[in-house]
Amino acid sequence: MGRIERGGQRAHRQTGQQPNIIHFHRVSTSSEPYESCSRTSTQTVGQDDARVNWEGTEHQLTKEQVVRYSRQIILPSFGAQAQSRLCNSSVLIIGAGGLGSPVAMYLAAAGVGRLGIADRDAVELNNLHRQIAHRESTVGIHKCDSAGLTCRSINSSIQVEMYKDGFNQQIAMELASCFDVIVDATDNAPSRYLISDACVLAGKPLVSGAAIGTDGQLTVYNHGPDGPCYRCLFPEAPEPQSCSSCSDAGVLGVVPGIIGSLQALEAIKLASGVGRPLSRSLLLFDALAGRFTTVKLRQRMPSCIVCGTSPRITAESLLSYSYATFTGAPSHDAGPAPLELLAPIQRVTAAELHKWVTSDSVSIVDVRPEAQFSIAHIPGSTNLPFSEAKPQAFDEHIELMRQRVRDAAIDTGDDSLHPAVCVVCRRGNDSQRVVDLLVANGVNDVVDLAGGLEAWARESGVDFPHY
Amino acid sequence: MKIKVLFFARARELAGTTEAEADLPEGSTAKEAMQMLLEKYPDLREIEGEEGKCVLALNQEYLEKNATTALKEGDEIAIIPPISGG
Repeated sequence: MGRIERGGQRAHRQTGQQPNIIHFHRVSTSSEPYESCSRTSTQTVGQDDARVNWEGTEHQLTKEQVVRYSRQIILPSFGAQAQSRLCNSSVLIIGAGGLGSPVAMYLAAAGVGRLGIADRDAVELNNLHRQIAHRESTVGIHKCDSAGLTCRSINSSIQVEMYKDGFNQQIAMELASCFDVIVDATDNAPSRYLISDACVLAGKPLVSGAAIGTDGQLTVYNHGPDGPCYRCLFPEAPEPQSCSSCSDAGVLGVVPGIIGSLQALEAIKLASGVGRPLSRSLLLFDALAGRFTTVKLRQRMPSCIVCGTSPRITAESLLSYSYATFTGAPSHDAGPAPLELLAPIQRVTAAELHKWVTSDSVSIVDVRPEAQFSIAHIPGSTNLPFSEAKPQAFDEHIELMRQRVRDAAIDTGDDSLHPAVCVVCRRGNDSQRVVDLLVANGVNDVVDLAGGLEAWARESGVDFPHY
Repeated sequence: MKIKVLFFARARELAGTTEAEADLPEGSTAKEAMQMLLEKYPDLREIEGEEGKCVLALNQEYLEKNATTALKEGDEIAIIPPISGG
């Protein structure tokens, strides 16, 4: 356990030096066994008495711990020593969202001695259907505070540390070095590569989980003599459009819950030294089919640029490596950046469109997926879904649009002061792509709603949901 | 000979199906099977990549991208791109 102690001391030293590392220590008043991660024993002065009558055992559990964890201690495959190792271990959870919530809660409940939680976002109402560590009462509060509160309410005897700037390049090596096990519960590709690289360089096992829609994936990277890292499996970053985010593609709440629970299990196995970790195995979960599939993975790749025989990424070069350039994606799930494809004259504001709608002088084509159209739409609009991934699928609608523009022009009259058809979508990106496509096909007299229905919800004065 | 192809995550979206059956000449290799799949489902090129943007598995075991392993009747190939949500 020497490594943890050193790491822990480093983390504590940093508290005074780097304001971006915020250590959150015990707030509870109960008698906790962990005063700091540099302690070698879990006993406090008051608890020595409790052990007087059972000295000679090989674990370091207090009477209170034996009671609290008794149901897993009596498990023959776990036992007091595994529990003792767990109580002396440290786990860093990166991401306190859909995956990180069950990880944090189960690890707190199971008695992991020191839990680190890294995130940089605040809780939003649309998180609550899956991010079960958060509450209605913590909407608007930093996720680290919210998840920390939940962990403490489950188990006040563990130490919780918060890293409120998330896991970034500046602190990656320092952080990875001062925990025994790292859990990747993030939501984007650049973070996944950074975390994997830091774990390889710090020599730490990485429990990696991911969930989107109704799909889940789980594996343990960088474990054992031949366990691969994330780059061994995916040396090339995925295209940005391949990486759907929960805010764009949706996610069934319980799916990250299942994968996160399995991540907690793998972290417990690694930290307690019990069982066989899911190294060199990729677990795939198909929620709709109710099916788990396990695929045996490759060994470490000798040509891997971080864990191979002649690595190009080192502890020093990691700081200057551009993860955003490598993946072509920002390290957060904030939706796509606004596109600027059309000229201002081809666009209309929400306030203007509202006037046209009120005077019934415009025909609206809504190009969002059907599932989003069915949430809410501007009355009278037609749904012709467009997908950036499959733009050619919209070709069949072009003639329809040509007809629509012709009809609308007749309805509104030749003296109309504005275009006859307005294309709308969620954020105002796809609508620009569609107008661009239409103009390229000779269909003019079409504009798009700038900022999409998000702008409509904010600026039109009409009651419309933001999702 | 017939083999089964399973599409996961983004591969399922691009192929528009969860699984497919492919009819290949006897002795075809895994690499040839992939080439045939890319012809049948050109959108899959998005996750193809030079070095690897997805994991391929043959009968639930990791498969090198350019493997010349000869396939046999009833084999199952899985195309598994990474997912990053959470």
